[in-house]
Amino acid sequence: MSLVRNPFKTATLTIIWGWLIVLVLAPTLLVVLVSLMPENTGQLLGGELSLSTLWQGFLTNYGQMISPVYLSVFGHSLWIGLITTLICLLLGYPFAWMISRASPRLQPLLLLLVIIPFWTNSLIRIYALRTLIATRGLLNDVLMNLGLIDAPLRLLYTEEAVIVGLVYMLLPFMILPLYAVFEQLSRPTLEAARDLGANGLATFRHIVLPLTMPGIIAGVLLVFLPAMGMFYVSDLLGGSRHPLIGNIIKGQFLQANNWTFGAAISVMLTLVMAFLLLAYYRSVKLFKREVTL
Amino acid sequence: MKSSAPEKAPLVKLRGISKTFGDRKVLDSLDLDLNDGEFVTLLGPSGCGKTTVLRMIAGFASPDSGTITLESTALHERPAHQRPVNTVFQSYALFPHMNLYDNVAFGLRMEKVAKAEIHERVREALEMVQLAHLSDRRPDQLSGGQQQRVAIARAVVKRPRVLLLDEPLSALDYKLRKQMQNELKRLQRRLGITFVFVTHDQEEALSMSDRVVVMREGGIEQIGTPREVYESPSTLFVARFVGEINQLAAQVVRPAATAGRIEITLLGQTLELSSHGRTYQGGEAVQVLLRPEDMRLKGAEDSEGFPARVIERNYKGMTLDTVLELDNGQQLLASEFFDEDDPDFDYRLGERVRVSWVPDWEIILPDDEPAVTGAGA
Amino acid sequence: MKASAALRWFSRCYLTLIFTLLYVPILVLIGISFNDSRNPFVWGGFSLRWYDKLLGNGNLMEAALNTLWLGVTAATLATLIGTLTATALYRYRFRGKPLLNGMLFTVMMMPDIVMAIAFLALFIALGIQLGYFSLLVSHATFCLPFVVITVYSRLTGINPQLLEAARDLGASEARAVWHVLVPALMPAIASGWLLSFTLSLDDVVISTFVTGPTFDVLPLRIYSMVRLGLKPEVNALATLLLGLSLCLLLISQLLLKEKK
Repeated sequence: MSLVRNPFKTATLTIIWGWLIVLVLAPTLLVVLVSLMPENTGQLLGGELSLSTLWQGFLTNYGQMISPVYLSVFGHSLWIGLITTLICLLLGYPFAWMISRASPRLQPLLLLLVIIPFWTNSLIRIYALRTLIATRGLLNDVLMNLGLIDAPLRLLYTEEAVIVGLVYMLLPFMILPLYAVFEQLSRPTLEAARDLGANGLATFRHIVLPLTMPGIIAGVLLVFLPAMGMFYVSDLLGGSRHPLIGNIIKGQFLQANNWTFGAAISVMLTLVMAFLLLAYYRSVKLFKREVTL
Repeated sequence: MKSSAPEKAPLVKLRGISKTFGDRKVLDSLDLDLNDGEFVTLLGPSGCGKTTVLRMIAGFASPDSGTITLESTALHERPAHQRPVNTVFQSYALFPHMNLYDNVAFGLRMEKVAKAEIHERVREALEMVQLAHLSDRRPDQLSGGQQQRVAIARAVVKRPRVLLLDEPLSALDYKLRKQMQNELKRLQRRLGITFVFVTHDQEEALSMSDRVVVMREGGIEQIGTPREVYESPSTLFVARFVGEINQLAAQVVRPAATAGRIEITLLGQTLELSSHGRTYQGGEAVQVLLRPEDMRLKGAEDSEGFPARVIERNYKGMTLDTVLELDNGQQLLASEFFDEDDPDFDYRLGERVRVSWVPDWEIILPDDEPAVTGAGA
Repeated sequence: MKASAALRWFSRCYLTLIFTLLYVPILVLIGISFNDSRNPFVWGGFSLRWYDKLLGNGNLMEAALNTLWLGVTAATLATLIGTLTATALYRYRFRGKPLLNGMLFTVMMMPDIVMAIAFLALFIALGIQLGYFSLLVSHATFCLPFVVITVYSRLTGINPQLLEAARDLGASEARAVWHVLVPALMPAIASGWLLSFTLSLDDVVISTFVTGPTFDVLPLRIYSMVRLGLKPEVNALATLLLGLSLCLLLISQLLLKEKK
């Protein structure tokens, strides 16, 4: 087959490789390079590149991240990300379980309902949330009309608002991978556990939890990382009080014009992702896929 | 083989079990006794309710009405994980994230058995199924037959009073299946506990069981030893479901002069056959049933039997199976042991012969079913 | 068993609760878009005035149409290249497959914001002006892996002898792919397109970075509107977008059903 010249195949491979190298490989390398450049020259690739310059760049940019100012901001963003992920997990786990146990005809519909909100632009959805919880928003309106509160609650521009916004946007990303592992959990496996003497709690602890662990980690991956990057949620719901790592990066690129530092932060974020991915793969190997007949 | 009358009280009693799914009555007031130490098979076509009965004993389905008692315990009131009953699932249902050892040990850990004892019993169970050397492996690293044996070991290690097997051999190939049938039978004898086996394969049921329960549409057609069910089916359904059978429509004329015999008209001839202990009315419509191996073929010049034409011959290794067409168009199946020395044995396609059977080996049952005439069950 | 009935009832309640929470903001939005009064939370009667105003708001309409157009073109581009990629990965042997898979994987897992700045850096380095083109290419790229996965998994279910039969009967490679493979892959291609369209329409992060003054997209328009003051037309816009997407889904489902 490979001896016969296949123009279609050649063309196809050229397009694919071309696209990916230019639009994936090159930008990635570029970011790493920029993060190692010593000073921001306002234009890319100005100045000489030598090993010592790169090392200087590394120290400057990555060193700046460890400064107390930035560390506290990163810490705060990490905290928000963790809380968001935890809430998504607590809400999403039983939700995915219940969908997987619903009648087979209903399941695709339920999943579709989870995805439909994504057919309006994210910003519009955050905007909608904002109108609900604003001082003169719907929530306060309803609560005051019901007489439950006297003065409107100040919900906007709080850390809680940002977390609510993030959970609202990212919950489906926790639900979908969890659903995928729950769907694989066949009834006979659970019945076998009960048959062998495990009550509900024991079944959960020894069978359900380990077998859904890959889904949990996938969900955490899909929620935690974005939670720290979604700057628009923080902008619209948190003002400038609760910046996420995404806000910092955006600021460095679009306002402070400090691309080298922004690139360094991005590289670190990517490394965190890689680390989580490793954990995911270890967990999948540990809890192997079920054998089906 | 001994008859099905138990010497002591049954271990498990099902009384009046009924179950309706939606608008379908899956089980209709079923009564069943299971004796201690016996290998009993629930046999029947898909949808007859046999799996439902099994799941009710295990605790995964509950009857709408009726009781299940194990000795003096009301089993139907206990949840599944508290019953001294264990199941070998059709899909094996091994825990994919545990190795063999942990799979087999799981049930014992749930019982909070001491570690040393767990080790002892798991080793014993794995040795019994010849898998002790693979105890570190995961289920997906094993073949289907090996997984099956792990599933058995896992259930058996808990020493249940009753072991339930839900069509466990259906996924195995022919040779492996035969091998596992023997192993299961040996295992049951060695352990001495009650095995309840569900299958739709009647050959499997006959070869393994002490007793066979033939089920149909939520009820029991017949309970008996394999021999009883095969040689003395009590209904047309049982006769047709268990093994191949030829059916000939006939009519009783009257009781014959000799005691215990009746006169019957069949295919235009009047014959005198054994009444097989039943009494018949004159003029009653019956079905004369014949197993293929009871048929005998003779040359066309012979005076006995009915004229027929050979339309198919299948050499099956052990037997020569012949499909014959009677003058009225009905087809019969005959299965004879291959005898090379008999010069008359091998009939050619299209040849005319006379078909008869070994006297008194026929089964006569009242004609109470819409007939499926012809060879086969 | 009483326990299982109670559990089912609890399940239904929980599902309903979460769905309600997910949809309340959107439903409120839709409701307000038809509300006649200026105060969004006082019902003033059913009216389409905001839709009128929307159509009159040139900036907003332009941004909306741009976003839709971007979604359609980016999805199509991603589907084209993604399908080619999936078939190449599945059928051909060539060097560097791990690298290819690695790059696709990188795109899928990389945080949006990192990809956004990477694209920005690329375009600046190459001297490409930011606008429709940069958006198109960026969106198509981040949708690519999802199309590849969708189409690839369907490929594994297709009888490989189908293509051989086509070649045996005289079809060139290109024609074999077009006449045999593509029709068989249609459901996967369609759902890949739909997924890409969804991702593109939904995107804020990447659009923020690679957009230019010549091509206004929704996220930025709304951003600036939020700063200046909320406008009721946005509710109408959201409702329209949602309705349009639902129509698209219905059409795609009908098309797929016909194919079968």
